[in-house]
Amino acid sequence: MLTYIDEIRAASARLLEEGTVELVLGFRRGSQPMMNEPCVVRRPEDVDTLVWDSHCGINLVNYLTNRKEKIAVIAKGCDSRNIVTHVIENKIQRDQLHIIGVPCKGMVDKRKIAQRVDGEINEVGETDTEVRVETAAGDIQTFAKQEVLQQNCSLCIHRNPVEFDELVGEKVTEQEVDRYQDVAAIEAMDLAARQQYFQDLFAPCIRCYACRNACPLCYCPTCFVDESKPQWVGKGEEEVDVMTFHFLRAYHCAGRCTDCGSCERACPVGINMRVLTKKLEKDCVDNFGWEAGLSPSVRPALDTFNLDDPDKLIK
Amino acid sequence: MGIERDRLHMSWVSSAEATKFIDVVTEVTEAVRALGPNKYFIKEQAKVA
Repeated sequence: MLTYIDEIRAASARLLEEGTVELVLGFRRGSQPMMNEPCVVRRPEDVDTLVWDSHCGINLVNYLTNRKEKIAVIAKGCDSRNIVTHVIENKIQRDQLHIIGVPCKGMVDKRKIAQRVDGEINEVGETDTEVRVETAAGDIQTFAKQEVLQQNCSLCIHRNPVEFDELVGEKVTEQEVDRYQDVAAIEAMDLAARQQYFQDLFAPCIRCYACRNACPLCYCPTCFVDESKPQWVGKGEEEVDVMTFHFLRAYHCAGRCTDCGSCERACPVGINMRVLTKKLEKDCVDNFGWEAGLSPSVRPALDTFNLDDPDKLIK
Repeated sequence: MGIERDRLHMSWVSSAEATKFIDVVTEVTEAVRALGPNKYFIKEQAKVA
């Protein structure tokens, strides 16, 4: 995974020089360790600013919405599925894009690292299997990468890009995991426990909307929480309003979410709001055999119907 | 999400199906009345700082 960057830079430089694309969307080093940020490269001589490591968890498709240029985008498995969703939803045209696919072995969860380390983190390096952390005090610790992956990455079953124009490196083997253990645990709770679970889950939320802003699906010109005529939901931090925001946002992602984990990654207080979108994802798989973003030619679950669709809910 | 199953209903009723509409409304009203007032997802009073 670490060797990808040379190929990514070479491909980006080639595409810019040829004029195939006007810009390359990728990552550059952030101002803090483990915080790589999205960047746009327009000149072939600038491709050296691009980086690729285990801290490129942000979903770049968020920056493709309604773009008019020809763009090369670096895409992990989840990103590529979001590109497909964007193409289906007409937010970008496929022929505008040159997708540099990157087989992904998972992104590191910066919170898991911070929890395991005392004091400020100065530098983070990595090998293929380990993450090496150096603190401000000079302590050096290493962790197995598998232990500090984002939860959505450790449960990922689409690590290879589904749609790409060129692929960097070799495809990786897909994992076989039970994706929905956490959702099943919530489903098994009784009513009171479930209510308590969601109240506790969203209690720390400060309504900063970072989850919404990081999400490639949340591209509405005016989000329902920002509307004031009518005002659908209160704007404060009251429990009911906070839950309304999260529940409704999740429903807007039904049948579209690829579990890229951007929302959870962006959350400043570490709320795992992904349990909501995962439940919807699970229902889509169970009821309609649908997973978002696997093919641009198949209509999404909520956009089509079948005579044998389950209809127990409708009386 | 912690909302009782019987509190939420969904039905297709055509504008020509007046009797079905009555049946559905009666059924929904009875089901919700049996559950009592919703205590979970309501704002009692706006909290003012």
